[in-house]
This record gives sequence, C-alpha cells and structure tokens, in this order.
Amino acid sequence: MTLTRRDLLRTTATSTAGLVVAFHVPRVARAAGPAAPPLPPANAFLRIGADDSVTVLLAHSEMGQGSWTGLAMLVAEELDCDWSKVRCEHAPAAPVYAHPAFGVQMTGGSSATWSEFDRYRQVGATAKDMLIRAAAARWKVSPAACRAAGGKVIHGKDELSYGKLAEAAMKLAPPKTVSLKEPKDWKLIGTKVRRLDTPEKITGKAKFGMDVQFPDLRTAVVARPPAFGAKLAKFDATAALKVPGVEKVVPTANGVAVVAKHFWAAKLGRDALKIDWTPPEGGGVDTPKQMAEFHDKAKAPGAIAKTKGDIDAGLTGAKTKLVAEYEVPYLAHAPMEPLNCTVKIDGDRAEIWTGTQFQSIDQMVAGAILGHSPDKARDKVTIHTMFLGGGFGRRATPTSDFVSEAVIVAKAAGVPVKVVWTREDDIHGGYYRPAYVHRIQAGLDDKGRPVAWDHVVVGQSIVAGTPFEGMLAQHGVDSTSVEGLVESPYLESTGAVRVSLHSPKPPIPVLWWRSVGNTHTAFAMEGMIDEAAHAAGADPLAYRLALLKEKPRHAAALALAADKAGWSSPPPPGRARGIAVHESFRSIVAEVAEVSVENGRIRVHSVTCAVDCGTAINPLAIEAQVQGSVAFGLSAVLYGKLTFAGGRVQQSNFHDYPVVRMWDMPKIDVHIIQGKGAPMGGIGEPATAPIAPAVANAVFALTKQRLRTLPLKLA
Amino acid sequence: MKLDINGTVREVEAPPEMPLLWVIRDLLGFTGTKFGCGMAQCGACTVHLDGQPVRSCVTPVSTVGTRKVRTIEGLSPDGSHPVQRAWAEADVVQCGYCQSGQIMTTVALLEQNPSPSDTDIDAALSGNICRCGTYVRIREAVHLAARLSHGGGK
Ligand code: FES
Ligand code: FES
Repeated sequence: MTLTRRDLLRTTATSTAGLVVAFHVPRVARAAGPAAPPLPPANAFLRIGADDSVTVLLAHSEMGQGSWTGLAMLVAEELDCDWSKVRCEHAPAAPVYAHPAFGVQMTGGSSATWSEFDRYRQVGATAKDMLIRAAAARWKVSPAACRAAGGKVIHGKDELSYGKLAEAAMKLAPPKTVSLKEPKDWKLIGTKVRRLDTPEKITGKAKFGMDVQFPDLRTAVVARPPAFGAKLAKFDATAALKVPGVEKVVPTANGVAVVAKHFWAAKLGRDALKIDWTPPEGGGVDTPKQMAEFHDKAKAPGAIAKTKGDIDAGLTGAKTKLVAEYEVPYLAHAPMEPLNCTVKIDGDRAEIWTGTQFQSIDQMVAGAILGHSPDKARDKVTIHTMFLGGGFGRRATPTSDFVSEAVIVAKAAGVPVKVVWTREDDIHGGYYRPAYVHRIQAGLDDKGRPVAWDHVVVGQSIVAGTPFEGMLAQHGVDSTSVEGLVESPYLESTGAVRVSLHSPKPPIPVLWWRSVGNTHTAFAMEGMIDEAAHAAGADPLAYRLALLKEKPRHAAALALAADKAGWSSPPPPGRARGIAVHESFRSIVAEVAEVSVENGRIRVHSVTCAVDCGTAINPLAIEAQVQGSVAFGLSAVLYGKLTFAGGRVQQSNFHDYPVVRMWDMPKIDVHIIQGKGAPMGGIGEPATAPIAPAVANAVFALTKQRLRTLPLKLA
Repeated sequence: MKLDINGTVREVEAPPEMPLLWVIRDLLGFTGTKFGCGMAQCGACTVHLDGQPVRSCVTPVSTVGTRKVRTIEGLSPDGSHPVQRAWAEADVVQCGYCQSGQIMTTVALLEQNPSPSDTDIDAALSGNICRCGTYVRIREAVHLAARLSHGGGK
C-alpha cells in the first residue's frame, strides 16, 4: 500500500524479467543544436519487454484527457503490436520529451494529439523497422521478405514475437527515415478504443500525487496570506508545536508551513498558528469597485489587437447600432485533487513527485532554489509525474507555485515533505481565470448584417510578467485575452472592425483555465451575434449560416448540431433552444442547448454538439472530452464566481463555490465530423467555450431576458 | 483502537477526532479513498460502514466502533465487481480522482435499489462531484451495473 513510485518502477522492471530493453534518455536531442534529429529516439519513448509488453513513455501528463491511451494508439498503429500488451508510463523530465511545438516539456493547449501525431507514430515505425531487421538477421533472410503483425515478425511459416526480438533489435542502428501508413491502412486510429488507465482507476490503485507515501515522508500544510497583497509580518508557533504529531514549523517565501507525521496533525497545527499579516497596500481588491472600473475602462478603446476600415464612419453610417456589455468573473479551476507536491532533498539534488503539466519549468524553478542553473537543474532535479486529479491549467503555473513552495518547505524542514493543499487553500490560492468585461458596439446594415464592429476587452493578462509574455503578447496585447475575437469568422466580411484591449494589473494571480480566452470571448461574440440575429428578426441559425458562407467547416458544424437537435421543429412546451459555434485550438464546435426555467432556475436539459477536430483518433475519447468540457463550462454558466473583499477571496469550498453535479447534468449528444484532410485540432478544451452562449441564447429565446453576465442569473 | 477494514482487523493509534479518511490514508496506507473537500461536499472520500456510504472526511474515527469499514480496495482485488466492470465497459473514468467515491456510492445504491431510475441516480450520486464531468457515462454505467448484477455477475 505504501509503495513509492520508485519502488513501483523497480518492481515493474524486475517483474518483466531481465530482457527489458534498457531505457535511457539520450541527452543530446536539444543540446546538439537547433537542427532536430530526423526521427525521435525510439528507445526514449518505447520499451518492449521479454514478456512482449509494450510500454509507451508519455511526454504529456495524463490528467483525464486520455493521452495515456491516445499517444499509445499512435505508437501501436505503426508498431503493429498486440494492443492488449500496451501500457503507459509518464516520462521523466528530460529535454527529449520537450513538446514538439512549444519547446518545453508540458501538457496544455489541447495539443497532445496533433503535436505528437508524427513523433509517436515515427517511434512505432522506427521500432518496427528494427524488429523486422532483427528477425531477418536471425533467419538470414531479407527484411523485405518479412512482415509484422499482431506483435510478431513473420516470414513464411516462421514467426518471432517482439519480446523475443527486442534485445537484438535495440542494438541495431535506427533507420534514417521511416514511412508511415496511409490513413486507409489504419487499423487502430479512428476506432473506438477504451482507456488504458481504467483498471487502476476503478480499483483505487492509480497513484496520484496525493498518494505518494514512503517511510520517512512527512506531510506539511501551509498558511498562506489571507489576502492577495498581504505579507507575513510575524508568527508564533507555540500552540501549533503542541499539536500531537506536529514536528516542525518553518517559514516559506510568504507563509508558514507546519510539518507533521500526517495530514490531520499538520492541518490542526496550521490552524493553531498565530500569524500577523501586513494587509495589502491600498486595501486590496474589492469586486464591486473593480468591476465598475472595468466597465469604465471599456468605454474607451485600449491597445489595438485588430483593426480594419474606418470604425467611426462604419458605426455612424450603420442602419442600426447595438451596444452591449458582457461580463465574466474570476474563477478557480478547483481540480478534484487538491494541489500537492512531494519533495525529497539529498544534498544538492531534489526528487519531486507531483501531478504537473509543466515539468520543464518545475525542474528549472526547483533547481534554482537549490542554486542550480537551468542546465544543471536537469541533472540535479528528478521529476516523477504522477496521475493528475484534474489539471484544467492549474497545474501549469509559470511560477511553479505549488512545486517551488514544496521545495522551500522540504529544504527548510530538512526532511522529505509532501505539501498538501486543502480545498480552501486551493480556492484561496490564486491563479484564477481572470474577470473580463467586453463592450461591443455593432453597426448593422439594412439587412441586419454587421458592417462595423467595435469591441473593447478589459481584463488581466495571464502572461504578463511570465516567461511566456514574449511569445504570447505583442504591443501590449496578450493574444490569449482576445483569442477567438480577432480571428472571428463573423468579422471577416465586416468592413470596419476594431478589437482593442485593456490589461489592468490588480494584484491577483491569474492563469489559463480550460479553453483560456475563449471562455469569455465566445460568450461575448456569440451572444452579440445572437443579439444581431434577433435585431434583424432572423432565425439565429439561418443568420449565422448566412454570415458564414465562406466558412464551410463552421457552417457544417452548425448545421449538423442544429439538425441533430431538431432545430427545425419546435421544442417541447416550456423549453427553448440556443445555438453557438466557436473555433479554438484548431477545432470547431457547435452546440445547441435546450433549456427551461424551473422554480426560477435555469435548467439545461440537453446539449447537442457537433465537433470538427480534423482527423479523429479515438471517437470514444473525443466524446468523453466534449462531455467533460460541456460540464466544466456549464459550472461557469450556472454557478462559478469568485469575489474579493479587501483582497480576500470570499468563497472557500464547494458549498459556496458550487460546481455542476449529477442533477444538473444535461443529456449530451456528441456528433463527430470526420474532417476530410483538415488538419488535426485539439479536443480537451474546445467544447468548453460554446456552452455559455448556447445556454444564454436559449434563455433569451425562452424568457426574452438577455443575460450578459456569468454566471447567468434570471431577473 | 481497532478498526475492521476490508475484512481485516487493524490496530491504529489515532486521536479520537481524527477523520476516518486520514486514518485510512495516512495511517493504514489505503490511498484509493480520496480527499477532495474535507467537508462532506464532494464525496471523493466515500467508504462504507456496514454497507452504508459515509463521508469519511467528516467521520471521526472514534465513532466507527465495531462497524465494518469497506474501501475501494475492499471491493474486489481485480476490478471484477459488477460496478467496476460496468465502469470499464462504459469507459467512464477521466482523471479518475473522484471515481473511487462514485463507485462506492453506486455500490451502496445498488445494494439498496437494484434497478434505480435516472431520478434515483441523480438523488444518490449528486453528492459526488466529478470535475472532469464524467456524469453522462456514470449514469450509463450505473444502469449497466444494475443489469450486470441482475445477471448474477457478482
Ligand atoms: S472529501 Fe469528504 S466529501 Fe469531499
Ligand atoms: S474523473 Fe476527474 S474528477 Fe471525476
């Protein structure tokens, strides 16, 4: 029960006997220079055991999205192995596992499948080539006379299983190039494949960061500032140290950690600390005041994100002008597994066990605390990625907040420590989806079509001050704050467009949150388009289709969702439907929500989704991600809201920061459009964004109340 | 004190008010039962006491007495319980963190109500949060588990 991950690895290694192909991480991939090797080193990504087991090492963390299965499918497709023998492991932190598109080892941006599509298939093809050559050598025949299928190399009547060939194969020089299968020859890709991590996740055996245990490990609970901007002044640990089981109390960067034998003692000890905090300068953020300021700022244009035509003339010359303001609050990710991180320091080395989306950054930040350069950190800091009990962006912090804090605590305490956050710590701990206000002025022509569109966005930048600022922000415009707007398909034929952005800097840590900027841009954009449709007296679907004539993929998604939802026939009495379509992470999702109002509350009965994510690898996984994204988005539609008073978050746990539960859950139908030659898109996030406008538009259709603030509240 | 857990009586030394959850996890090493909220809001910590589902995060260990504690580890050694089989068949899990609690709640539900309706499922399972939003498939899996149990699949 108390196996550590290291023990587990050791056991695995010994139980699959001596012929396990040694796994080593080539350290040269990046250090050698900008020219990437033509093929990924197969031995870093794949292990074939004497027992025919095929172990795929994942450069992406499994946090529910299904990479544990999807990436393995890519390898297995080309390897032609026996799927029942395939298993996965998280890769260690090393340069060879850097994200093919983003350059650091990380999981996010709904990118695992499309970014790894070539690399993981090449790994499979490379290994298969080597296995065939090994068999051919043994039989003294030409490799061309051999073929591979079902985990065996076959030549006439002879066959050898991969397990029997693995050792010889890995001694061969890898091929310089491999050819990948034509889509028509795929056996696994495109089929419904069940998850590989199910057996351990239904038996309680799966090890999350929270589950790391080893004999001398202690648990720490940390007192952090009660308000953003507050500073630790002084603390008295006398009472905390009297709690049975508490062993040490140590300061952190801006807090106090109580180290104890187990969580419960650490928690009681933390609660018994007497701490003086210096209140935030200027009193801290107050939500009503802050939102009033945001609405105020929205009255004037900010930094220009997109401009075309003469916006003033366009608005003046328009037949009708609509003006509306949309608003969304701060949100916590609240992953089901509260944050935690285990650190063991040995001299100048650190070993870290955690569920993280950001291995490279964590490694660097942890190394820096121990005095290492980023290069040295790669040698000195080992990261064991555990299963993530949800991520949604929270486990990808550019500051590595929960990892760096644990390193500081372990260092100060002088013992291995698992820092565990309570749910309250999580809700109070920052790194929120920022609040935003959108002010839109839309000028319509005599047919009700937009001819001028002035769109001002106000909200914190999630990349300001982070290492990602250079990559994602230009000329004062954080591209993530306006994504989904500047490239809106609705504005392509609009003559005059201006999208501008104000990025105020209140002292609140903010971060990407499943589907990032699209969480608010889709709500504002698709809400306003719906308003325009109604102003034009048009059917919301027909109005959109007319504007999207040049956008066949958007139009097809809309049409399919509408068709499957029965758009052309009236909804049951007391219900209404709303529609929205949004492109994000290279995928297009259209959703139709059917709603009613029961006892003054909005009830969503069904959501019909049409998804175009290009080539569909695993329809079962796509369906799951769409269902999950809709549920995640629906929590923000119906409930999610954090407010501040004096810089303090006023919510603390699921009783006052409610999320969608079984009784809220609509029926969700997912229809996948097999993109014909369309480039592959992401699927972990894109279905999150359209749900807010789909529901709000349905509520309007039902009640004539245009709700422009999330969470939706009927008047 | 003594704790009858998954069919074995274990001796533990714990303060009486310590929640059963932390005794199970930190003192006995059964990590399948999860911590999600600590205040009976999320159901991640659901275990059975004499077959009744309880929130172990708010159950002081001293109140357990001689009642039999069953955790996810006590359900089956290999995932062969009908509810687990249904979960696998319906491909329910995502991150998986809530699923021990979902499964333990479902097992208790089916023991009391072998053929629950959607409304029964909503009532029984709305105490179990899933942030990954696996609810649609959970609902399918509960119905499937009911059928598997009827078929003498235990
Ligand atoms: S941890 Fe017990 S109900 Fe959430
Ligand atoms: S599967 Fe992730 S919280 Fe339920």
